[in-house]
Amino acid sequence: MAKYVELNNDNFEATIAEGVTMVDFWAPWCGPCRMIAPIVEELAEEYEGKATISKVNTDEEQDIAVKFGIRSIPTVMFFKNGEVADTMVGAASKQAFAEKLDALLA
Amino acid sequence: MLDLAIIGGGPAGLTAGLYATRGGLDNVTMFEKGMPGGQITQSSEIENYPGVTGEITGMDLMIPWPEQCQKFGLKHAMVEVLRVEHKADGTFTIHKGDGTTEDSLAVMVCTGSTPKRVGFSGEDEFFGRGVSTCATCDGFFYKGKEVAVIGGGDTAIEEAFYLSKICKKVYLVHRRDTFRAAPNTVERLKNTENIELVLNSSPAEVYGDKMGVTGLKVTTPEGERDIPVPGVFTFVGNDINNQVLKNEDGSFICDVNDWGEIIVDLKMKTSTPGLYAGGDMRLDAPKQVVSAAGDGAVAGIQAIGYIDERLNG
Repeated sequence: MAKYVELNNDNFEATIAEGVTMVDFWAPWCGPCRMIAPIVEELAEEYEGKATISKVNTDEEQDIAVKFGIRSIPTVMFFKNGEVADTMVGAASKQAFAEKLDALLA
Repeated sequence: MLDLAIIGGGPAGLTAGLYATRGGLDNVTMFEKGMPGGQITQSSEIENYPGVTGEITGMDLMIPWPEQCQKFGLKHAMVEVLRVEHKADGTFTIHKGDGTTEDSLAVMVCTGSTPKRVGFSGEDEFFGRGVSTCATCDGFFYKGKEVAVIGGGDTAIEEAFYLSKICKKVYLVHRRDTFRAAPNTVERLKNTENIELVLNSSPAEVYGDKMGVTGLKVTTPEGERDIPVPGVFTFVGNDINNQVLKNEDGSFICDVNDWGEIIVDLKMKTSTPGLYAGGDMRLDAPKQVVSAAGDGAVAGIQAIGYIDERLNG
């Protein structure tokens, strides 16, 4: 069973460098983040081998959050070959995230 | 065919599911696009849920609810519902975001409400980049900094207190000079050193750069005032999430009032037989977890009777 990748300062750049990566910026105290948590887990399984599904705990990895100017969570960023391709703020449906991934994979 | 489809997974939906399944319905599905819990999971502090003493966050309060429901057989479909169709034979079809549909004998709709935008310039442009509607989510990013809170209702005051504990200073921008909150709450507000009340004032514009908000311009009785803050939190009420009850032509499948709130009776029945509504979206909703849960219990019990009558006459 595929799981999402937990990102930190050591693996962030290498993870987003190639292919399509979805990064969920979250924190344990955030209700809407918790709401989308099972969606992110399902996406990790369904996109195994196609895209990298990952999470950044903004409480622990403040440097990454600051670098991308994260001021609201959940913020979900999509990268293609290291470049920011799209950003979504707030909880959304699985369908909405999947559409962004599919568009970048097409 | 489902017995009961519950649309929305907040306190009303979860309680409807609990009562319906525990009361004997076998085939009950709650449709909620993500983890259940509802809007209350964004609240920093609950003091008025009966029997729960001490400070508890909205998230902690809601964590055990889904597990309790699942024990009695409530199923959770993690999918967004686009609309509920009322068919000629009196049953319903649930149209889902993944393009599929599901039929149900009865429906409970409890999709709640969404924080309203205030309508000042730059609000949409900077939403998520300095403009926020969730202090528990985003207050952390303003630790030791100054922020503004827009609004003067109970939620605005409660969240201003929460932010005052994290931030250096909180400007509370309120369009009136009085508050409807309880007198001791207003007293506490006035006595909180790092909250400055900016009264009889309304936000005109947020401005910033590519990293986000850098300030807020406010219209005051003395003229325009510039408040250079990186964070602006807005709490000015909610819009009713009634879209799922709209037909394709924009008309509603049941009666709603001028504010878009669903008209129900004391049994949570709408004007359409077999369709129930409750929680924050119904008329005269007190917008409290305990009352939403109460609505759910009533609707769950009513649905059992309705389905029994429909199947067994």
